[in-house]
Amino acid sequence: MTEPSIRLRGLTKHFGSVRAVDGVDLDIADGEFFAMLGPSGSGKTTVLRMIAGFEAPTNGSIELGGVDVTGKAAYDRDVNTVFQDYALFPHMSVQDNVEYGLRVKKVDRDERRRRAAEALASVHLDKYADRRPSQLSGGQRQRVALARALVNRPKVLLLDEPLGALDLKLRRSMQIELKQLQREVGITFVFVTHDQEEALTLADRIAVFNEGKIEQVASPAELYETPANPFVAGFVGTSNLLTGPSAVRLVGREGAFSIRPEKIHLDPAESESLQRATGVVREVIYLGASNHYVVDLDAPEPVSLTVERQNLHGASDQSLRQRGDQVSIGWLPEHVIALTEKEN
Amino acid sequence: MRWILGATTVGVLGLIYVPLLLVLVNSVNTSRTFQWPPPGFTTMWWQRAWESSGARDAVWISVRVALIATLISLVLGTMAALAVQRFDFFGKNTVSLLIILPIALPGIVTGVALKNAFVSIMGVNLGFWTIVIAHATFCIVTVFNNAVARLRRLGGNLEEASMDLGAHRWTTFRLVTLPMLRSALMAGGLLSFALSFDEIIVTTFTAGEGIQTLPIWILQNMFRPAQAPVVNVVAAVLIVLSLVPIWLAQRLGGDDSLPAAH
Repeated sequence: MTEPSIRLRGLTKHFGSVRAVDGVDLDIADGEFFAMLGPSGSGKTTVLRMIAGFEAPTNGSIELGGVDVTGKAAYDRDVNTVFQDYALFPHMSVQDNVEYGLRVKKVDRDERRRRAAEALASVHLDKYADRRPSQLSGGQRQRVALARALVNRPKVLLLDEPLGALDLKLRRSMQIELKQLQREVGITFVFVTHDQEEALTLADRIAVFNEGKIEQVASPAELYETPANPFVAGFVGTSNLLTGPSAVRLVGREGAFSIRPEKIHLDPAESESLQRATGVVREVIYLGASNHYVVDLDAPEPVSLTVERQNLHGASDQSLRQRGDQVSIGWLPEHVIALTEKEN
Repeated sequence: MRWILGATTVGVLGLIYVPLLLVLVNSVNTSRTFQWPPPGFTTMWWQRAWESSGARDAVWISVRVALIATLISLVLGTMAALAVQRFDFFGKNTVSLLIILPIALPGIVTGVALKNAFVSIMGVNLGFWTIVIAHATFCIVTVFNNAVARLRRLGGNLEEASMDLGAHRWTTFRLVTLPMLRSALMAGGLLSFALSFDEIIVTTFTAGEGIQTLPIWILQNMFRPAQAPVVNVVAAVLIVLSLVPIWLAQRLGGDDSLPAAH
């Protein structure tokens, strides 16, 4: 087996008394598009900064392509970073920004020009080479930052919330561009995000961070369909958590379970072999493509489930339910995900 | 209400600038005692001032003192600002406070203290360089403050980006940090030059025998009836000259082509 692109072992970072990162073990394969997902303060950005070399770990080791780089400075590591606010040099033209890495590595002028032009062309910015970063839009700056990093042909590209500063529409189109770019250059991309949708869309594999630790590493589908624990189930997608007596009542056994809203049928036909319950609609949330119903069940203890229903018939749909309606719901037993409770 | 504010503004500004204007007018006043209204126009005092070797020497010394003190402040102030803004070390806040303190200390205290240190403790003869060093102690503050403010606003991202792209610390400083600091350093340097140029109290204590900066020369010649018109001309020149750095400093200080820090 070949060496992984990135190998983290027991990676730990303390800031004073705060354990920002707490014993992270992780292997990221060559050419993988890898996401580090988690809420703010979960340690994902600190891990990225330690891989880049901006932060020294308190403990543990970092290997890049099988070589230990734990003690090496940022400029001695074969990785490049796309910063959250892009960190373009405001006093240099776009061209000079992109050439910077080659310039400080003493690549000769002609080759520098050529490679920078290539990199700018690959992000469709060849016409903007003479502009200053301040004269570009957010999306264009983002692409300059990408070109500036990729022109160095690093083994790994690190991206810190790469699309965080862009508006929704631009974010969608940049997601597609990023994915294409990664396939073209074929190097490892590691990106940090707090946006679960972005992680699911872009990544081959995702590590979910929480309080400095990794909760689960899995493909997007695995992560969504079989979350390892309540935290992952709650953080990735919307999820109905069932524990205690209500779990016993609705699922039929003790433990912690999750059911995704779209897996619950509203007013199912009698013939289907579902686990069923009845309740009252407390809230109707219109989402455009679908509706979410929050249904209060008369379980032994009060429990409410979110039910998603595709908006197939438009607003005039006769079967749309109102607040206060009595409804029946049901789900297939195999859509109930058993979770392992975290030991505290 | 508006006209009261307007009148107050005009009154206050008048109080400051009319006397300055008088200095300019008197420099071409034929009357040696600045008789008002001026009985006639003359360029005689300008001629005399130009020929006064005392004034010329004093200007030259002041310029040199201010230039060297500013240069020292630029180097040390920038280094101190980088240390305080970019690194963590024990006693950082104390060091920061100690660097800024000299600008707040009464000049007479600084003067006496430095004179004692130079003469009694170090056994150095007072001269040109003792003035330079004394001036640098407070000139450094303007550079330091400007640089610290700029560095804080910039954040460390650009420097990290530079190192991420393979540049070592010195290259990063040369290609990224210094260009970003340039206008702040220019503004700080100009202020520092101005501070040194008109300093009188600390200079009185730290100047060696026979070394006269311009402010001291003016003070000593002001009350000699024969020299009063010449002093007046020197003052007029200084008024005009001091407009230049202030104007430059204002323009540079307002240079906001930089991104706001996050």
